[in-house]
Parts: sequence; structure tokens; C-alpha cells
Amino acid sequence: MQETEAILNARREVEICNACRYCEGFCAVFPALELRREFSGGDLSYLANLCHNCRGCYYACQYSPPHEWGINIPRTMAEVRAESYEEYAWPPGAAKLFERNGVVVALAVAASIALVLIVAMAIGSPGAFFSARPMQPGAFYSVLPLLTMQIVGIASFGFALVALWMGARNFWKDAGPTEKVGVTALGIAAWDVLTLKNLGGNGNGCNDNSEAFSMRRRHLHHAMFYGFMLCFASTCSGFFFHAFLGWHAPYSLFSLPVVLGTVGGVLMTVGTVGLFVMKLTDDPLPNARRLLAGDVAMLLLLAMVAVTGLLLLAVRSTGAMPLTMAIHLGFVLALFVVLPYSKMVHGVYRSAALLRRAVERNMKPLGGE
Amino acid sequence: MPDRSQTYDVIVAGGGNAALCAAITARQAGASVLLLESAPKAFRGGNSRHTRNLRAMHDKPNDVLTDAYHEDEYWDDLLRVTGGNTDENLARMTIRASSGVFGWMRECGVRFQPSLTGTLNLGRTNAFFLGGGKALVNAYYLTAERLGIDVLYDTEVISLNMDDGSVRSIDITYRGFPETVHARCVVASAGGFQANLDWMREYWGDAVDNFVIRGTPYNRGRVLKNLLDQGVAPIGDPTQCHAVALDARAPKFDGGITTRLDSVPYSVVVNQYGDRFYDEGEDVWPKRYAIWGRLIAQQPGQEAYSICDSKAFPLFMPSVYPAIKADTIEELAVKMKLDPAKVKATIDGFNKAVKPGQSFDNLKLDGNATEGLTPNKTNWARAVDKAPFYGYPLRPGITFTYLGVKVNDKAQVLMDNGHTAGNLFASGEIMAGNILGKGYLAGFGMTIGTVFGRIAGQEAARHARN
Repeated sequence: MQETEAILNARREVEICNACRYCEGFCAVFPALELRREFSGGDLSYLANLCHNCRGCYYACQYSPPHEWGINIPRTMAEVRAESYEEYAWPPGAAKLFERNGVVVALAVAASIALVLIVAMAIGSPGAFFSARPMQPGAFYSVLPLLTMQIVGIASFGFALVALWMGARNFWKDAGPTEKVGVTALGIAAWDVLTLKNLGGNGNGCNDNSEAFSMRRRHLHHAMFYGFMLCFASTCSGFFFHAFLGWHAPYSLFSLPVVLGTVGGVLMTVGTVGLFVMKLTDDPLPNARRLLAGDVAMLLLLAMVAVTGLLLLAVRSTGAMPLTMAIHLGFVLALFVVLPYSKMVHGVYRSAALLRRAVERNMKPLGGE
Repeated sequence: MPDRSQTYDVIVAGGGNAALCAAITARQAGASVLLLESAPKAFRGGNSRHTRNLRAMHDKPNDVLTDAYHEDEYWDDLLRVTGGNTDENLARMTIRASSGVFGWMRECGVRFQPSLTGTLNLGRTNAFFLGGGKALVNAYYLTAERLGIDVLYDTEVISLNMDDGSVRSIDITYRGFPETVHARCVVASAGGFQANLDWMREYWGDAVDNFVIRGTPYNRGRVLKNLLDQGVAPIGDPTQCHAVALDARAPKFDGGITTRLDSVPYSVVVNQYGDRFYDEGEDVWPKRYAIWGRLIAQQPGQEAYSICDSKAFPLFMPSVYPAIKADTIEELAVKMKLDPAKVKATIDGFNKAVKPGQSFDNLKLDGNATEGLTPNKTNWARAVDKAPFYGYPLRPGITFTYLGVKVNDKAQVLMDNGHTAGNLFASGEIMAGNILGKGYLAGFGMTIGTVFGRIAGQEAARHARN
């Protein structure tokens, strides 16, 4: 990491934390920082990405503003995280995309929907585009050929995966552990990722907008994350049905892809809308303001993917199907395109940070009797 | 906005742990309660916001404390640190009550965590608050709000107007404007006077200008002085305060725990003239850190300098300020504005006096000592010879004062004439001198505050109803 103002401030703050240690019980950040006395840029990037932004430490801190030391770990870590996303972005020129993330997401959405619409219109006649069609195998592909869908989908998602992988490599080089990664560490890190153990003061909850603790944030994130995963599982099962069983979409309401997708879509909608509402009512002090637009844009994009997916299910046998499908695919395409340059990368870097924490779990803190 | 013209059942003067325990307990007993906190909301909680644990008796391990800590051992610890300057009846009552506070604290939203890194010696005796004392204070204020206790911040109590041993009215300034409020009973939980430098100056002279006050600047002792002026019986030595060694770069107020330096036992400590003045290795640090404030206060300019080498550097908790670092002792001395030749001579003399001894062990009194020095270092003495060298400037940091008001086992305040005050109770630092007349026992102030806060709240509510 470069020695920016955010890094210098983070170093000042964690050195104070290291002399206090009252917040040790909240999350992994504090035990992790106690392992060292000197903090390289990479160490600070690691700590920043380890921070789940639960804000327990902010309200507990005897040195939070207006104290003259003005310790504000959630905000400081968010700012370092934002810089780390730019630093590790691949290709390097793409870092700029993070700067005005809200606008980038909005433009990508608009462009993707337009693109899908134009292609769809170009393939069928505009008249057929709006006519009702029976629920028969291949109905979707008469609007947009399967091959087109597959090429665009795999290319955009594939690029996203490569870009995320390269970002993760950059993070690991700068902020990864010096020791080898063992199987146990992988297991611990996976568990921490899947349970969000660190989001919420060691089982006590997060501080959403006051000193009061609540599990709302963790539960909403779970709804969003597992909803997303169910939707992904739905897609995979659809692919399996199509490729190996020769069953072609649309599938019946009680088929595996539709059930997974419906439950996942509802969970995602609940999670994203809930988190969006929380963003609006958050205490602004522990938040990094300049990240708000990008965060909100990403939540809305995810929400739109889920909502349009559910909508498509509802109207799939009506004349609204082609248009709805085009819009849904537009949102999905936008999601894939912006994936490596959005808030979504936090999942990759935070998982990597949790892995380093798991690798270092047996190191002894410095100091003390 | 509370209706401040009403007569409350109970008014609590103060806004820290003891005040909150009293206010919540009184409210739970059915009383109407007003709490007056002199600090603004952001700095509420008095010194409690800088605390981290509470010392509790327990007969078997529980979810926050290991092993057992029986009444007699607790009492022995207290007897040792106070040198008998305690009231056995009140002390044992407090110790016994300390085992039963967890359930109530949890109901009030207080959360606990395993003992902090670097405090292994406290894991058996002290229950640590998740996030520390400010998180505890936050939990209590949320509870107070939920229960309908009226809370006024930025509100200083100017006078508890006593007549015939009872408080008739309370003069306050609310956000700078004078007002008078009324209550059937009053609980004084407004702390000591360690932030009142003019009062401290009466005993310490101009040395106070070089003191650092570790806690809140709002503990000015106004309620304490006001009560003592009205014939309330004092307790505790007014000249005494708890003083530790702090990093001299600490802010004048509110630096809390992070400016404390634990480097002394592994260092050579010199004064402004480069001379050593006390055995740095006399005993394990938890038993000795509280004498170093006084030792430094007695040195010229109230300053001292802790010097160690890179062998010793990783052995103690880091301070919030970076160590001053140099490749030679002379260079380090210059950086600390000390006479390099003198400091070099002191360190060389020290290194020569180190007896070849047993293997170094920072976990116990290892007996590695110097010979022929005045004073000698009697444990953990090792040559200071492995560059780079590290130094910290030290000053006395004042935690709390011992002077207080005398109380009985019902937290009732006693008058000079031996009678109990009619409707006045006290809890927390303002009466801790009854039990901890001298010395220091980690987490015991919070125990006294919690136990006596609850008694005071209970008794005040009962008294108000009758």
C-alpha cells in the first residue's frame, strides 16, 4: 500500500488501540493488531479488510470523537479498504472505476439493459417481441438465443472471475501472511466467512445507529448472501437440467431451478432492501461518507437483479416476458461487468484477510506479563 | 424534556458507574429518578469510561472468571494494599456482594469478555467488560432511558442545600444556567477531586502543574467539597492520590489507560540529572506500578526517563507514543534532552554492576540483580547493551483521590456529629475511601461503585416512599 493520508491515520489509530486493547472481544481485528508493534501498509490493508464494520469499537471507544485523539476505527478502516480496492484492482487502470462507483454502476446498468434490448429486438421482430407466448420449452430462447446468452454470460462472468483472482493475488502479495496456508486455516477462514462471526461483536450484535446492539445487519447480510448463493445454485441446476438431462427451460414452478431461484430471489430482495434502509438510517459518524454512493448503488443493483428475476417468473407466460427478460438479463450482465470494480470485491479481500488471520491464529501477542 | 419543577423521589448527583447503578436500582424499586451528569453526553460516565473490569468474589469458575476467588483471599488482598486502612465490615460486605452482581449487570445490558491480553494475572479475579468501561456506561444509560429515568447532561451540581442533616434542595447549573431542583432523597455519586488542580495544589504545591490527570476533567470534587463544608464526616487522607508512571507526552486530561508505561521493571530509570533513584525490579509490576507515580512526583521537575535495549523492548505493552529510539545511549540521552555523558556513565555503571545470574524470566521474580549500586535493581537486571536503545519520558499520572464522605452499610452519609444524614446517600469514588483508604486493587473501585450504587439506590427509593 502507498503511504497515503488514510494509511498514516490508520497507523496512528491502531497504535493507540494496541496500547488499550479494550476492544479485543469484539472481532478479529484487535487480536490481529496485537501481534505486531510496527504496521506496514500491507498490514494496515490486512486489518482494514479484516474489519467487518460492525462499529462496536466506535461506541465503546474512550477516545472516539470529540476526544482529541478522535479514534474512529470503522471509518478509518473503510477508507483504507477503499484505497486497497483501487490499489489491487486488475487491470491497474481500472482502479479509477472505484472513484465514482455510484455513477459507474448506474452507467453499466443502463448500457447493459440497452445492449440486451437491442440484441433481442434485432433478433426477433418488434411485433413478436411484445406478444404473449405459450410456456413451452425454449420460449426464452426465442427472445434471445441460448448461444448468445451463454457467450455474453460466460465472457462477462469469466472476465469478472479473472479480475477478482488477480486482485486477490495482488492483495496476498501486499498483505498476505508470511507463513504457509494449512488446511485447518482454510477451514477456519471458510467458517468465519460463512457465519460472519466477526460481524457483530462476538455474538452480541452490531451497533447500527447507536450504542444499542442488534443482529439485524448480520441477518440481512446472511439473507442477501445466501439468497445470492441460492440463485447461483438455481442457475447451475438449470444448466445441469439443460446440458445433461435435456430438459429445457422454462421449468415448472416446483422444479429445482425455480424453487431455488424463488427462495434465493426473495431472500436477496429482503437482504438488499433491508441493508439499503439501514444505510439511510445509519449513524453517519463511524461511516466513510465517500463510499456511500458506491455501496448504495451496489445494493440497489443486487436488489434489481433479484426483483426483476422474480418479476420474470411472474410474467413468464405473458406478453411482458420478453421485455422483462431483457431487463433482468441487463441487470445480471451489469452485475457481472462491475463485479470486480464494486463493493462486491470486499467479499474476496475480506475472505483473504480472514485466511491470513486463521494462518496467524497461534502467534502470541506482544507485551504483557 | 423532563419536567424539572417536580419533586423527584431520588436525584443522583453524578453520571458514572456508581451513579447509574444507584439510579437504575432506585427506578427499578419504583422511584422517580433524575440523574445529573456534569459532562456533555459524549464524555459522560466520569472515570468509569476509562475502566475495564470489576473485581469479583466467586467460589467456582464461571463464564467470565477462572478458578475461584474466595472472600478471605479477596479480603487479604485488600488488607495488604490498604495496610489496614479499611473498614472490615463494609469491606467484607462489598466483597460478598460482588459475587452476585453479574446477573443484574447483564440484565442492564453489560457484556463481558475473556480477560485481555497482557492481563493474565487478572483472569481469575477480575471480570472484563466487553469494549471496556465506556461500553458499560453506554449500556447503563440505554437501560436508564428505557426505564424512564430523566438524565440531564452538562449539568453541574453546585450545592446540595442541607438543613438539619437533610438535603432540602439542589442548586445546579444546566448548560450554564442556574436552577434549583428538588428530591425526597439524594444520592451523591460525583467522584473525587483529582481533576481540580487548585484543590490538589493545596497538598502538592506547584508540582501539580507537571501532573497528568488520567481520567475525566469533570471530576472536580464540587459535591464532595460542598458536603464536607456542611458538616458531613470526611474519610481518607486528603493529601493522597493514586499516581502511576505515565508517558510524559500524555494529554493533560482523559488519556485513560493507553498512556501508562509498563517498561519500568525491564528498564533503567533515571531522573533529569541522569541518576537512578529507585529499585526498578522490586516486585512484579502489577504490585508496583502504583508507587511509581509518587516516586516520579518526588523527582526534580516531576520527570523520569525509562531506558531499555532491544532485548527488553518486546517484553512490555506498547505505550500509545512511539519509543524514542537511538543506536547509542549518548544519542538516546540527547534525544531525551538529558546529559549524554551522565546517562552513559549511569548505564555503564549499571551494566558493570549486573551480577551474572540465573536465566532471565520475566514471568516471576527472577533474582537477577545488580551489586554495589544505590539503589540496586533486585530483579530482571540485565546489561543494557543491545542496540537499538529505547527511551520513554515519564510523568506522574493521577487516577483518583482518596478523600471522601463517611458512610454506613446502608450507604447513608454520616455527619461530623455521628448522626446519619436524613436523606443523603453516597456511592462510588466519593465514598470509596471508607473501604480503600490507601493503595490500589485493580477493578475494586468498580466493585465498590456497583455494590454501593445498588445499595444507595435501593435505600434511597425505600426512604423516599416512606
